[in-house]
Amino acid sequence: MFVKGHVFKYGSDVDTDVIIPARYLNTSSAEELASHCMEDIDKDFVKNVQKGDILVAEDNFGCGSSREHAPLAIKTSGISLVIANSFARIFYRNAINIGLPILECPKAVEAIQKGDVVSCELSTGIIKNETTGEQFRAEPFPPFIQTIIDAGGLIKSLSHKE
Amino acid sequence: MGMTISQKILAAHAHLTSVKAGQLINADLDLVLANDITAPVAINEFEKAGGCVRCNDKIALVMDHFAPNKDIKAAEQVKKTREFARAQHISHFYDVGRMGIEHALLPEQGLVGAGDLVIGADSHTCTYGALGAFSTGVGSTDMAAGMMTQQCWFKVPSAIRFVLKGTLPRYVTGKDLILHIIGLIGVDGALYRSMEFTGEGVSALSMDDRFTVCNMAIEAGAKNGIFPVDDKTLAYLKEHCQKPPVVYEADEDAIYEKTIEIDLSTLKPTVSFPHLPENTKTPEEWDDREIHQVVIGSCTNGRISDLRQVAEVLKGRKIHENVRCIVIPATQKIYLQAMHEGLFDTFIEAGAIVSTPTCGPCLGGHMGILAAGERAVSTTNRNFVGRMGHVTSEVYLASPYVAAASAVLGRIATPDQL
Repeated sequence: MFVKGHVFKYGSDVDTDVIIPARYLNTSSAEELASHCMEDIDKDFVKNVQKGDILVAEDNFGCGSSREHAPLAIKTSGISLVIANSFARIFYRNAINIGLPILECPKAVEAIQKGDVVSCELSTGIIKNETTGEQFRAEPFPPFIQTIIDAGGLIKSLSHKE
Repeated sequence: MGMTISQKILAAHAHLTSVKAGQLINADLDLVLANDITAPVAINEFEKAGGCVRCNDKIALVMDHFAPNKDIKAAEQVKKTREFARAQHISHFYDVGRMGIEHALLPEQGLVGAGDLVIGADSHTCTYGALGAFSTGVGSTDMAAGMMTQQCWFKVPSAIRFVLKGTLPRYVTGKDLILHIIGLIGVDGALYRSMEFTGEGVSALSMDDRFTVCNMAIEAGAKNGIFPVDDKTLAYLKEHCQKPPVVYEADEDAIYEKTIEIDLSTLKPTVSFPHLPENTKTPEEWDDREIHQVVIGSCTNGRISDLRQVAEVLKGRKIHENVRCIVIPATQKIYLQAMHEGLFDTFIEAGAIVSTPTCGPCLGGHMGILAAGERAVSTTNRNFVGRMGHVTSEVYLASPYVAAASAVLGRIATPDQL
């Protein structure tokens, strides 16, 4: 799958409470959650995000709570890919399970700036900064995880097995 | 090659003689957990897949986060979960009146035993490592798959070993120990790894201290925290759990990425300043900044020994006039016990309030939300931006002793300073 969009960039330890504050967890509606995505760290995110845009962050993205509402809100807001130096482990699992593409690529994180246009072919992990022309390669997923992604998420991969 | 305690539990549940760090396995689960926030999302996934529950007596659904229902939407979430539990004949469904904060409730109800493998759609599921179980937080989809298959995939974690020695000084608790560790290694210091606690210092820690320590393993990014099983664990399990304990010990040649030695006798009361649990400070670094609320409770510190420590400090004293002090026993059993011991008289006479069990204010849900610029000293587990309310409010994580002393003085303080 090929994705392309403008970059929103954040620092380290972006926690699930700022991705989707708990005051909105009284619903499991993806659209409603998305309407408050990143609200406590970036008030303008929801206003500015467009379908296909890419989120870039430093270390330990998605730390804190196990709430799947966090990757769900990001995905539903229109974000097509999250690139980070590293992800908190529950967020990592959740993103794969619900089909939000994520990649670890410290070199890309270092070079890419807010507002750059970035594209990525997810199957190869090749990330291209269209604004500067730079190119990066992300770590590929282990094959086991790639089968979950290819199936379209964990639940679908289970039914494939059966 | 030797295995850690965590690796041995994973190997046994994957029906393998040995596993090593990095290996991907599929393992049988002894218990699958969710709460009123994460269960509805799991139920959505479950229903989309047209799933059926594999073992209805190995699933626990605890209505603790926004219950008693804080608003209409929360009520709908709980109702959805309640109807699911009825339709699927879930044996361990805990609603208002029977529920408590999940990670205090499940051990108390004997649903987790030594050697068990547990996943929960709540990040603090790692608490049960105190019982010598491997338990870890997952998301709702993993939980839904767990209900359908009673299995989960894991990447076998490597481990950091914490060798404890000595005993904790007066007014220093398991909470100070885990905050100290998070300050030392950072909020991603144990990312993807097990935190295994060992050494002669373990025997000096109460079960409640061990629950608190394992509870916050996730705040260092860990997959799980785990203690070896000793006489204290066995006595606790004998009182609460029908299942015979399965005791695993780490091999002598188990591989640890790192070993960190901690002399408990050198620890001081420790507070995490905003906005990360790793921002720890000890008394000489505290200042006189005014506080407005104190919360005592949560899956981290809402157990009976926590409430006793608070009562010890508040006995015969008054809460500072600028402070609202909210005490939340974690389960109905703890509530009753605290009431019978007269702790509520102490709290109420001091000017604190006592709430029914709920996660409530810990995650900014209800029962004590902060306004702009307000500061809370709290025995909870996270102090992220906006965690307990307004985006400009501040949370200071502390032990029950420090929280109680702070409530009296209106600033961050230890009982020694009273």
